[in-house]
Amino acid sequence: MALQTALFWIFSILGIAGGIGLVINRNPVYSALSLILNFFSLAGLYLSLQAEFLAVIQVLVYAGAIMVLFLFVIMLLNLSDEPRVEGFDIARGASFLLAIGFVAEMLIILKDVVLPSSPEKFTYGKVESIGNLLMTNYLFPFEVISVVLVASLIGAIVIAKKFNY
Amino acid sequence: MSPLITTLIIIGLALFVILTAAAYAVYFERKISAWIQQRPGPNRVGPLGLLQPLADVIKLLLKEDIVPEAGDKLIHFLAPIISVTVALSAYAVIPFSQDVYISDPNIGVLFILAATSIGVYGITLAGWASNSKYALMGGMRSSAQMISYELSMGISVVGVILLTNAIAPDGSNYLSLKTIVEAQYHSAWFVFLNPIAMFIFITCSFAETNRAPFDLVEAEQELVGGFHTEYSSMKFALFFVAEYINMLVASMFITTLFFGGYLGIGESFFRETELWNSEIWRNLWGISWFTLKTLFFAGVFIWIRWTLPRFKYNQLMDIGWKSFLPVSIVNLMLVAIGIYLYINYIQ
Repeated sequence: MALQTALFWIFSILGIAGGIGLVINRNPVYSALSLILNFFSLAGLYLSLQAEFLAVIQVLVYAGAIMVLFLFVIMLLNLSDEPRVEGFDIARGASFLLAIGFVAEMLIILKDVVLPSSPEKFTYGKVESIGNLLMTNYLFPFEVISVVLVASLIGAIVIAKKFNY
Repeated sequence: MSPLITTLIIIGLALFVILTAAAYAVYFERKISAWIQQRPGPNRVGPLGLLQPLADVIKLLLKEDIVPEAGDKLIHFLAPIISVTVALSAYAVIPFSQDVYISDPNIGVLFILAATSIGVYGITLAGWASNSKYALMGGMRSSAQMISYELSMGISVVGVILLTNAIAPDGSNYLSLKTIVEAQYHSAWFVFLNPIAMFIFITCSFAETNRAPFDLVEAEQELVGGFHTEYSSMKFALFFVAEYINMLVASMFITTLFFGGYLGIGESFFRETELWNSEIWRNLWGISWFTLKTLFFAGVFIWIRWTLPRFKYNQLMDIGWKSFLPVSIVNLMLVAIGIYLYINYIQ
């Protein structure tokens, strides 16, 4: 139990550090790397909730595939550092207010939430339960998503390919 | 002994064996290439040149570490560490024998796929942080290659999981590598049940580990040294070690999924005998067979590197997307139909 608590703190701190790093870094590659760190810590937190499948998919899909593409594009375009905005402008003020509002909202909601003292034995993060749900209750949405994915795939190919008429 | 201590001991032993094995894989790479090209190979340091890896390590440790002035120093430093760490992490789920493994989660197969897919970061970041055209090209090629071959690799593994699901008793952990091995004991090695997937999987492993004939990432003739052009000293050595660790992981994974893992020839006779009840003999038997098969596949990796020429980049992409992906999907459907027919009409 002590090990689990220690791991929780390690992963939470790493995750928050990754999130902060993503926002405050000026260099896009560093931002992308911070996001990957954040994904890994999330995967660690999922593992401590016994959601093994979710944890591995988080790493396999987000960190292993999507972020590789992100990094690929950032490197290919060779983006320079984001310039720092000097002084006051409307976008900056609005985003500051939005952020304050969001944090306040979170605090108000979290005040009334009763947190369970220990993670109970969850079963819905396991491979079998997710597979069963996908193939029974959610079969139709699952198939629809597959069709949407194939459609977007074909769309991407059509846009990218130069046709010789 | 508490389970935590036992696990720590196994981790320590595995690390020691694997790092030594990686160092000697370099020696055997040079020896086998020498035999293929009718040269003697390394033969000066120690008997038969057996101390050559040790001399190499000392040499690399003493070399000057050069960091490119215009590159990104932090990421240049981190990239080799990422490569080695990720490569080593895959050992956490591989069963070396009946009772000797670090852990056996119900996501073992996915864990290794995830670990190999993350290995690309080390190479890509190294290419970018070096601030050199050759290194960047190598890094780019690596990420494109990984993404292309991961798909066929994953799909050929799905066939193995289907077979395990059909054979293993209800309620077992179908995605754990140990269940997959035991399922092969109850039927046959999966290479006999699903040979096409085995072929695709091995070829994709070559691409994922950036070994010839898919070593475009470091193609010497075009890219100087590829992603590690700007690396020297121990950082270069780390990339080198990572490549051989990855090769060993791939051999172990092939062994576990398709060639019966720690099962030996005549396993069913051995399990009848008195020796099976003794924990020491049981695991010695398992580890011996596992090591033997892993070394065989590591040998195949080396043998193919010195036999086949490198593919062109467009050929690499064509093979990945236009032949392996469709073939593995069709093969998966055939396996699924076969299992359905077997369960419903023959059993």
